[in-house]
Amino acid sequence: MSEMSEGNESRVTREGVQGERPDREARIGEGLARRDGGRRGRRAEKAMVPEAEFSSSYYGLPILNPPVWKSLDIAGYFFLGGVAGAGSVLAAGAQLTGRPAVARALKISSLAAIAGSTAALIDDLGRPARFVNMLRVMKLTSPMSMGSWLLAAYGPAAGAAAVLDVTGLFPRLGGAATAGAAALGPLVATYTAALAADTAVPAWHDVHRELPMVFAGSATAAASGAALLACPVRETAPMRTTAVLGAALELAAAKWMEHRAGLVAEPYRKGKGGRFVRAGEILSVAGATGGALFGGRSRAAAALSGAALLAGSACTRFGVFHAGVQSAKDPKYTVVPQRERLAAAAEPSAKQSAL
Amino acid sequence: MGFFTDTSVCIGCKACEVACKEWNGVPEDGLDFTGMSYDNTQGLGADTWRHVAFIEQDKPIGNAESGIDHAGAPGNGATDMRWLMASDVCKHCTHAACLDVCPTGSLFRTEFGTVVVQEDICNGCGYCIPACPYGVIDQRKGDGRAWKCTLCYDRIGAGREPACAKACPTDSIQYGPLDELRERAALRVEQLHDLGVEDARLYGHDPNDGVGGDGAFFLLLDEPEVYGLPPDPVVTTRDLPSIWKHTGLAAAVLLGGITAAFAAHGRSGGRR
Repeated sequence: MSEMSEGNESRVTREGVQGERPDREARIGEGLARRDGGRRGRRAEKAMVPEAEFSSSYYGLPILNPPVWKSLDIAGYFFLGGVAGAGSVLAAGAQLTGRPAVARALKISSLAAIAGSTAALIDDLGRPARFVNMLRVMKLTSPMSMGSWLLAAYGPAAGAAAVLDVTGLFPRLGGAATAGAAALGPLVATYTAALAADTAVPAWHDVHRELPMVFAGSATAAASGAALLACPVRETAPMRTTAVLGAALELAAAKWMEHRAGLVAEPYRKGKGGRFVRAGEILSVAGATGGALFGGRSRAAAALSGAALLAGSACTRFGVFHAGVQSAKDPKYTVVPQRERLAAAAEPSAKQSAL
Repeated sequence: MGFFTDTSVCIGCKACEVACKEWNGVPEDGLDFTGMSYDNTQGLGADTWRHVAFIEQDKPIGNAESGIDHAGAPGNGATDMRWLMASDVCKHCTHAACLDVCPTGSLFRTEFGTVVVQEDICNGCGYCIPACPYGVIDQRKGDGRAWKCTLCYDRIGAGREPACAKACPTDSIQYGPLDELRERAALRVEQLHDLGVEDARLYGHDPNDGVGGDGAFFLLLDEPEVYGLPPDPVVTTRDLPSIWKHTGLAAAVLLGGITAAFAAHGRSGGRR
């Protein structure tokens, strides 16, 4: 019966009617008589728009729930997706310009990388057996949904390109698969930036304009590195150029990102994220420079440069991953930018009322 | 339908936490001693759908006086202390980032305007977790799926109020149609301001805020961050057009740069 009356009626008991429950009009803060006939000065002072600095938090606990993703799986997924996607574009270019060894090597590396990245993604699921639910819907608002569909189209194309090249079967179909993989490759390499940016994680979301460019550069450098590592020197001249272009884009976009984002970019310079980013910069510069200067003369130098480029790209992705996690774990990066936004929004009206 | 949580009458009894756990069969989530006042729950997560925050401050509430003469006590006997308590919960945002980014369609909006996870579909990708601007949804250890408050979807579907609101002894947690709750909340803030509680303010009530207004909003007595709430949360997908645009631009730069490099180098030296 009690479920019948959802309200707060008074109740009839043996002691008589138990008066109404203390209602929502509880006179909290009313207190006793005001001894000084009013509010005391220091208490009457109410904080106006607070300074945009970090003053209070709930016991220093994070406001966000940080990502539960495993770094090896998801940063590895970012990195391998870049190697695969940019590699498919390079492979098509190499094939069209008569560099069959590079084309074949990069088709194989793209297949291996996309298989590895898909395995990493599945391994990271809380329920790996339900992986196919990723293809249950198609949602433009979810970069992970779009990415799943992208992988579903790109994976078979990259696989066919590699298998048909190695076996020499159906050359026309192989050409179509190579072209298809090359068309989807650039998005495979960059959509992971959208995936990271489309979260509340400050160090990812607030750099959503620059992060895709960092990923594009990093992917180009990594796939170029794979070619330098695996292929004879006589065919890799364009890859030495793209390595320099990729590394330059990666570094320039990263610097621009750190400059633009201000406080939120701090994790890209500090802690684990900062160390990975720094290592990525050094390795990318070393690999691109080494490849450009010596990669055309010495096979060993080319291989070493290629390895450095791959390692540099991996470090950049791990750096981005850890910087994001760091920014989610410190309430400062959530609260201060939001406070500044509120203060900036309040400023014009404050000026108006002052006039 | 939604919640209005009036923290000015919360007494920190945690009946909401218990009722929620009992009704929804939410598992135990660690028995820690934190030293954070009376809060050993710490925050919302997969196994905590209601969380009562306790904040001790050197500040009186409104004109409240203890009425005791502390003149002789050390430190002038000042007892300007207030104890803020607030029951936090999933905000059931009008523009819900968790729902937007869910790649499986496991998260959906109900006929009550609330946001619920379908546990037979969730594959534990974890994308909703960093997408939530409030730090509400989380992954359950050993289960792998994401869990959060359902606003007692089963109860409200049967015309009952959610377990937490039902159990709340002071009606700090109120359940009902949002427009009614907003009206009541505005009156309550006015009343508190008249009583000298100038700190009273609403949080999450404005349909024009960054998440389109919360399905669970609050009356707070201090800044939101004091309670562990973000001061100006914005749904991440508001920037999605810009995110996709810049991603497409980066992909085009990648394609263009590589094409240009091959064009500059031309065909290989005829060694085929």
